[in-house]
Amino acid sequence: MAEAKKEETTTHKIGIYLWIWGLLFVLSFFSYMVDWYNFQGLLRWSLILFFMFLKAGLIMAFFMHLFWERYALVNVLLWPMTAIACFVGLMVAEGKYTVFSRLFYFFVGGA
Amino acid sequence: MSDTDLDKLPGGFKGMSEDIGSDQTTFKGVNWGKAMMWIFLLSDTFVFSCFLIAYMKVRASVVEPWPYPSEVFALEMMGVPVPLLLIAIMTFVLITSSGTMALAVKYGYEKNRKMCGWFVLLTAIGGLTFVGMQAFEWSKLIFHDGVRPWANPFGAEQFGAFFFMITGFHGTHVSIGVIFLFIFARKVFRGDFDTGKRGYFTTMKSDYVAIEILGLYWHFVDLVWVFIFAFFYLW
Repeated sequence: MAEAKKEETTTHKIGIYLWIWGLLFVLSFFSYMVDWYNFQGLLRWSLILFFMFLKAGLIMAFFMHLFWERYALVNVLLWPMTAIACFVGLMVAEGKYTVFSRLFYFFVGGA
Repeated sequence: MSDTDLDKLPGGFKGMSEDIGSDQTTFKGVNWGKAMMWIFLLSDTFVFSCFLIAYMKVRASVVEPWPYPSEVFALEMMGVPVPLLLIAIMTFVLITSSGTMALAVKYGYEKNRKMCGWFVLLTAIGGLTFVGMQAFEWSKLIFHDGVRPWANPFGAEQFGAFFFMITGFHGTHVSIGVIFLFIFARKVFRGDFDTGKRGYFTTMKSDYVAIEILGLYWHFVDLVWVFIFAFFYLW
């Protein structure tokens, strides 16, 4: 009885892996199509990021089994990644400021 | 801690606070090697994030035009340049190998020696194909297009440095993964995980959980490629 219980918690039906696998193929194809049809601007960015996060989430949740792990492990991994996302936001602002100063002092000639 | 006990523990955030405050193992039901692999992968995430954030910051602040990846990475097919063709194939090869690895982990847990071994071997071959195509991509850029870390014919000079650094670091991870996949395919086929044979560097008995740990590393390599594909090739 205990043995059967163990099997249930550590192994999953093959169907779920095949589904995720198929989804990853389709999402990769879609993100390639974003480039193929040469979408530009906000549409391009939102589509690229949407497909990227969906793919990353599927890989982490099901291929890396995070969906079935206890919250103690999941939270140890996801909060530092949230901090990285904040870092990205900071550096976007910093990059905008750098390019502004370069254009302003190199080309406009400063105040 | 056996799995039947795990089911009695509360889940969610309440479970998390009780796990952490239990004055015992925090990651209950998680093999120590698996927990260590997760910690390593988290630190590796920081390294890759630093590279990608530095790349993003530099690319956002250069005043010369950045090389247009859709054209830089195009391949000629019957006289027509197809954008990102090689990169698309590489992406599909890596996702395929990630899928075979997931199946190898599944069969490992079912203690199905043959199927597990074949899928680990298949994953290794997929990884090797990926590294081969990356070598082709690099040699085309270096010898044919003349891209260098300090200069390139397409635009902003920083392009080469970031390209070789980021894809090179990722390629190194794939190569190390391929070596370990071949070693573990041999171990699985030899039956080390069924007999509990002891490894070279450890006195501990081999177990199929090693396949899951190796799988975590391999999926992480695929995960990093998802981000590189989005930020380096599609941007």
